[in-house]
Amino acid sequence: MSPQIDSESFVLLRLAERRFAVAAGDIAELVAPSRIFRFPHRTKEIEGVILRRGRIVPVCDVAARLIGKNLLSRRFYLIAQRRYATGTEWIALPVTGDCELISAEMIPASEGDLPHVSGWLSHDGDVIEVLNLNALTPGPVAELAPAPVRALQQEVHS
Amino acid sequence: MRLPIPTKAHPVRTEQIILFRVSGQLFAVSSASVQEVRSVDTLAGAAKEIAQAGLRKVRHIVQRGEHALYVVNGAMHFGLPPFAPALVFVLRRTRTALLVDGIEKMTTMTRLQALPQAFCNDERDWYRGVTAIDQTVIPVVKPEGFLSPDELFLLDSSLQPKESPTEIAAQETASGGLLPQPDTIDGESASLRQ
Repeated sequence: MSPQIDSESFVLLRLAERRFAVAAGDIAELVAPSRIFRFPHRTKEIEGVILRRGRIVPVCDVAARLIGKNLLSRRFYLIAQRRYATGTEWIALPVTGDCELISAEMIPASEGDLPHVSGWLSHDGDVIEVLNLNALTPGPVAELAPAPVRALQQEVHS
Repeated sequence: MRLPIPTKAHPVRTEQIILFRVSGQLFAVSSASVQEVRSVDTLAGAAKEIAQAGLRKVRHIVQRGEHALYVVNGAMHFGLPPFAPALVFVLRRTRTALLVDGIEKMTTMTRLQALPQAFCNDERDWYRGVTAIDQTVIPVVKPEGFLSPDELFLLDSSLQPKESPTEIAAQETASGGLLPQPDTIDGESASLRQ
């Protein structure tokens, strides 16, 4: 059986040398970096918050998880909508370069893919991960085990 | 011609808050939650040290009538670097006296935004939400969030008078118990009883 293929719009974002995609419908805007307000908390993935259009938006650097290192320079914040059980909220993802809106066909993720991958698309000769922000960014309920644990579980079960 | 029905403008709900610092970090608390502000010096005479409470952020207790107030070190609670506190906030409807650096100012907040759900750990118990004052984002603390029910239980337990071996033996003797007399209890047994 061939995997289902959906054609839709995606925003390509850059983290250092790598590109990732997010469904365009999940993106609110791309903004220049602004002051990050920090206060004590225990959610290590969250750096702080920015003020944007009267909203207080958490900043989540996903680079460490996706490319294995934190970003040394950040050019923009990609503000995306993160879905929770009670609704959606904005979350700001630091990115290192321009973002690009493309239309492409996505191949949905398979069981073997990490939880933060919702699918794959091919663009300009690259195979690009489409990100599942619900799995990539922190939320109130641990719906999924952390990626390494899942990968390990999959290895054990295979 | 019918004129549009005038709508009443809803007054903006405001809340008086105190902006204060702990280890240099700015926080806000509702003024209504603060029963008393005292200098650390005036509290020093009334505070008793708690030994072996098992909770590093609480080292002292202040007895207020029948109630014990636990003195919480704000820096330790929030995981901030140590500081020399100058003031104590006695928080209303709690058993917490909070050590802080000092008061920045008193002001009014017009909007309290819920803590974004991306914050999903202890901070959800620490804060009522966040507010923006003068283009600065400030967390608004939850007065009851400084000591959890479990922590209060631990602290209360540490205050229970511990019976001495003599008292235990006396009770056992009075009730016809079979425990040995105090002078026959070795150190290990005595500590287990305590």
